[in-house]
Amino acid sequence: MSTFSHLRQLEAESIHIMREVAAECQRPVLLYSIGKDSSVLLRLAQKAFYPGPFPFPLLHIDTGYKFREMIEFRDRYTAQIGAKLIVHTNTAALEEGATPFAWGTQRCCGALKTQALLDGLKAGGFDAAIGGARRDEERSRAKERVFSFRDGRGQWDPRNQRPELWKLFNTRLHAGESLRVFPLSNWTEMDVWQYIEAEKIPIVPLYFAKERPMLVRGDSLLPVEQPFVPFLPGETPKLVKCRMRSLGCSPCTGAIHSEADTVPKIIEELITMRRSERQNRVIDHDQDGSMELKKQEGYF
Amino acid sequence: MTETSVLDAPAAFDQFLQQEQAKDLLRFTTAGSVDDGKSTLIGRLLYDSRSVYEDQLESVTKASIGRNVGAIDFSLLTDGLRAEREQGITIDVAYRYFATPKRKFIIADTPGHEQYTRNMVTGASTAELAIILVDARKGLLAQSRRHAYISLLLGLPNLVIAVNKMDLVGYDQQVFAHIETEFRRFLLRFQAIEPHFVPISALVGDNVVTGSKNMPWFNGPSLLEYLETVPVGDRGVRSAFRFPVQRVVRPDLDFRGYAGTVAGGLVRTGDAITVLPSGRTSRVSRIVTFDGDREEARTGESVTLTLEDDVDIGRGDLLAHPDEVPEVSSKLEATLVWLNEAPAEIGKRYRLKHAASLQWADLKSIEYRTNINTLEREPANTLEMNVIGAVRIETVRPLAFDSYQTNRITGSFILIDAATNATVAAGMITGHAAIARPSRRVVPQRSTEPVPVTEAERRTRQGHAGAWIELGGREELAWRLERLLFDRGCTVYRNPGHSEEITRAFYRFGALVVVAGSAERGSFIETAEGRTRIEANSASGIEHELEKLQVFTQMSGWSGSGGGI
Repeated sequence: MSTFSHLRQLEAESIHIMREVAAECQRPVLLYSIGKDSSVLLRLAQKAFYPGPFPFPLLHIDTGYKFREMIEFRDRYTAQIGAKLIVHTNTAALEEGATPFAWGTQRCCGALKTQALLDGLKAGGFDAAIGGARRDEERSRAKERVFSFRDGRGQWDPRNQRPELWKLFNTRLHAGESLRVFPLSNWTEMDVWQYIEAEKIPIVPLYFAKERPMLVRGDSLLPVEQPFVPFLPGETPKLVKCRMRSLGCSPCTGAIHSEADTVPKIIEELITMRRSERQNRVIDHDQDGSMELKKQEGYF
Repeated sequence: MTETSVLDAPAAFDQFLQQEQAKDLLRFTTAGSVDDGKSTLIGRLLYDSRSVYEDQLESVTKASIGRNVGAIDFSLLTDGLRAEREQGITIDVAYRYFATPKRKFIIADTPGHEQYTRNMVTGASTAELAIILVDARKGLLAQSRRHAYISLLLGLPNLVIAVNKMDLVGYDQQVFAHIETEFRRFLLRFQAIEPHFVPISALVGDNVVTGSKNMPWFNGPSLLEYLETVPVGDRGVRSAFRFPVQRVVRPDLDFRGYAGTVAGGLVRTGDAITVLPSGRTSRVSRIVTFDGDREEARTGESVTLTLEDDVDIGRGDLLAHPDEVPEVSSKLEATLVWLNEAPAEIGKRYRLKHAASLQWADLKSIEYRTNINTLEREPANTLEMNVIGAVRIETVRPLAFDSYQTNRITGSFILIDAATNATVAAGMITGHAAIARPSRRVVPQRSTEPVPVTEAERRTRQGHAGAWIELGGREELAWRLERLLFDRGCTVYRNPGHSEEITRAFYRFGALVVVAGSAERGSFIETAEGRTRIEANSASGIEHELEKLQVFTQMSGWSGSGGGI
């Protein structure tokens, strides 16, 4: 390698971070969300511990409302690379009838994501959870640490985060406290896509444009996988060439009109498109600064 | 930017992708207060490089309505958290990302108030360049000096002084020239560094991305042009090979490797290596990566090394070439930046994390603290939050390290409070020797084109500026002073006994010239700044006067009588 490109620098930094977690934390786990960032995390974990296997399991918080293609991809790909997968679901809330339409997005996310995550981490006794969050995703994440400290209740206090200097990470914890670790902190959405292209990393087909049945309402395209999607009188699903820019629960992840059916075309689309990635996530728009509030409660 | 034009020719898209993937990376930090227009500058860099998405723009335009500003308030693009949006200040390091067709950038955006020294230090620790904002209307303030001092303390090789709000001083060249002259004079006392000065208006956009029609007198590159072309990342590869072992990789009985990130220089297969602190030696047999074995690995790369011999190596050990080993000692001298509300306690035992090692260390003594505004040394019994001081530390086990000026990774550490687990201090190792020596480091040339030797480089080589010291006929004092300065490592010469012209030539060359002189002429020190009468009657008293005149160059933290700040 003659030049040390930004992608290789980011890769080396992320590998360094993963190795620090493995060396210093008691029971680390990798939070696997099935999305493109998780796919990149898995590749980095493979690289960090090569020729050995990566020394932590994967934890998927399944809300029960993920896209079918996501679950298929998850089961196929994790088996293929020989990872140990743990799936945790807040079944109690689902039985109580949690849906974003019946409960509202805030309460639904709180139960199926935030509470499920905290329970899943507790059940496994995990003291460090590696996640794929990036600082460029959302404004409140710009000040997030690489090693983000959570108190005994799993909560994040923006006033009480440890200073991070050089590459010297402080992983010391008291009983009950935990860390969230973000090896992709310094990556941008563009970096992630370029890395996927350079490394030929498998991703969920939902990222690629295809004709899919959608509820079209104004500018938004809403997937119709779940039976409880509330059609108004006269509305029917339409076949639309579209793709997902980020993956979440099908009722809360809007699709975008797109012709991009390969990674290079997605990169091309990204350059010409000026809308930020989380914008098609309904959950961030509840109120100004809402991601910050969710994080304080323990959401990733 | 030119990205859209590339896309107009789809055939060139593959090539475009390759170019995108080959871009290098510049990490820089920005220091300045709210009033300097720093947030506006960053907002503009993001906006003009199209790194701001429309919906983000919409949401800040929406938020701007409640505040007393017109049109788009660029600063809202960078103020992240609710609490600080409400207070209108930034209180922590925020990281921003943007890219141009030439380069990717990571900004560590830090607030500039005095109480936020720790944030500035944090932001600078991973940066290669600092942008210091100066308000054209206010000129060079203590705050700007503080920012420059911290950037240099943290070993940043590049400094950009952006003189902002030129629109509010009528784009007056004299205003800019005056600030540049004053700032250059201030920087002279530090190690060699060639700052880049640029007059800008972040609000209007002059010289930020493109040149300015309002300032035809400025011919230099715009701020962004400079950021896109300043050489980066070549510093580490030229230093000595350092490899802190992060983890022993042992998937089965046949494979034993040492995973880590190269912290300096480069390593090739077949290289002899020494393990520190044990001193055992072996050779590198393989450089293993997921993408196949490599012949060499360079600074910054994360790899796994295997060795020819089965030596006992664990996490925290350091691998180096046998002819370029680091220092090994349990006694350290360091500059500390205190980060925590609980102040430093002499005699207290802390956890010390250095590279991949974690161990116990005692804070033995505090030599002095540096007044961040006057840059003068003050006696200290403790260090409070945001205070910078020189200390002695003793580790329980020997540590293999370099000075921070030599290697930012093997020369840095953090202290962790054992009870609270808080990161309480950032440390930069200045050495372990008892006698201070001026740095004899040869300053690496930062561009491929040779440039003339500057006064600043000469100062770094000597460790001090030139001075002419005349002692009112006191012969004994003259030779005692010569001896003191000589032992300190200075270039010193006594009684040239020639004309004033020759004496002046000596000190312009960079020597300390000591002349016994005569009672009629009196006692004085002459430097480039002018003549000062000497009041002191002893050699060490005169040395102190020289320190006050900032003749000595070193940054801080050197022990004994060394150092000029």
